[in-house]
Amino acid sequence: MKAKHQRLILVIVALAALIGAGLLAASALKDEAAYFYAPNDVRTKGVEPGKAIRLGGMVVKGSIKRASDGVTIHFDVTDGKATVPASFKGITPDLFREGSGVVAEGAFDKSGIFQATNLLAKHDERYMPRELQGMKYDEKTHKMKADR
Amino acid sequence: MHRFANPARFLQIARPLTGWLFWSGLLLLLIGSGCGLFLTPADYLQGDTVRILYIHVPAAWLGMAGWSGIAIAALMQLVWRHPLAAVAGRAIAVPGALFTAICLLTGSIWGRPTWGTWWEWDGRMTSMLVLFFLYLGYIALAHASARQGSGGVSPVAAIFGLVGAVNIPIINRSVVWWNSLHQGPSITLRGSSIDTTLLWPLGLTLLGFTLLFGGIVLMRMRAILAHNKIEARMQRLARG
Repeated sequence: MKAKHQRLILVIVALAALIGAGLLAASALKDEAAYFYAPNDVRTKGVEPGKAIRLGGMVVKGSIKRASDGVTIHFDVTDGKATVPASFKGITPDLFREGSGVVAEGAFDKSGIFQATNLLAKHDERYMPRELQGMKYDEKTHKMKADR
Repeated sequence: MHRFANPARFLQIARPLTGWLFWSGLLLLLIGSGCGLFLTPADYLQGDTVRILYIHVPAAWLGMAGWSGIAIAALMQLVWRHPLAAVAGRAIAVPGALFTAICLLTGSIWGRPTWGTWWEWDGRMTSMLVLFFLYLGYIALAHASARQGSGGVSPVAAIFGLVGAVNIPIINRSVVWWNSLHQGPSITLRGSSIDTTLLWPLGLTLLGFTLLFGGIVLMRMRAILAHNKIEARMQRLARG
């Protein structure tokens, strides 16, 4: 066996071990490195009241309600499997709207309402001009089509 | 590849290629940026903010492609002892770090109006920041260990380049594996969820930045080789 073949095999074995270690670490981090809890995670894992977490999901359409003080809003966050109520007092980001993604920082109170101290808007991977707004991205054809 | 092990033969090709890559890249990215600024419609949700995409995406691609290049060069250096591979690794490091920094900065500027934050420790952003630190480490290591006469990086730096490559698939998959603030991939093997009316200038800037990057790397390789030549001549003179 030539020296360069030995070196090649050594490098390949070392790389395979490294990638294996990296994948193991990544999969071990899978839950820990999650940036936010989805409503379903909250339901299945249970988050005690007062523990500071991030809650991420979609703002349920028609759920945003402004309280009488004018600065507090109530809304529901869903991930399609579970829905939790949330409230926030302050100025919301421009992209915070119904049917769009949100990541809220805060904690649950005793009555199970998520008291957000900060709101971040999360948008999805679709980009399109205004004329196409309301059209849906078709997963199969990868084209925009009218949303009926 | 070993045909190019001879620096003279490499330079014969690299010399005219440098100018072509550099200027055609610059031209393409200027055209692409112009089209992206003035000809494409605004995004339905983000409005004009979306236009930063034409810089942010190529910068991210080159930051990651740069490290892939370092890893491939390291492999060729360690296994086949290719003399130019060590030079190539060192030449890629600084522009790679620069584009990673551009990606982080434009991402931050983009994040403020869309997400409502300059920075969050989510998977994508953190792994990209790690890539930037890896570049800095590699540059320091390559600088400290550049062997006299060879001008390339030492085997230690090459091994560091290979090990750091583990981060590249992590960056790529970070938005799929973990819940993140950053959105999922728009362009996949199956198609693009960026509408074509918004997508086409991205092709121009991607190609433009990539050609420019190639031109810069060739420039730096030629500079390192020229420096070696001077060094060797000085040593010969000193010996008298």
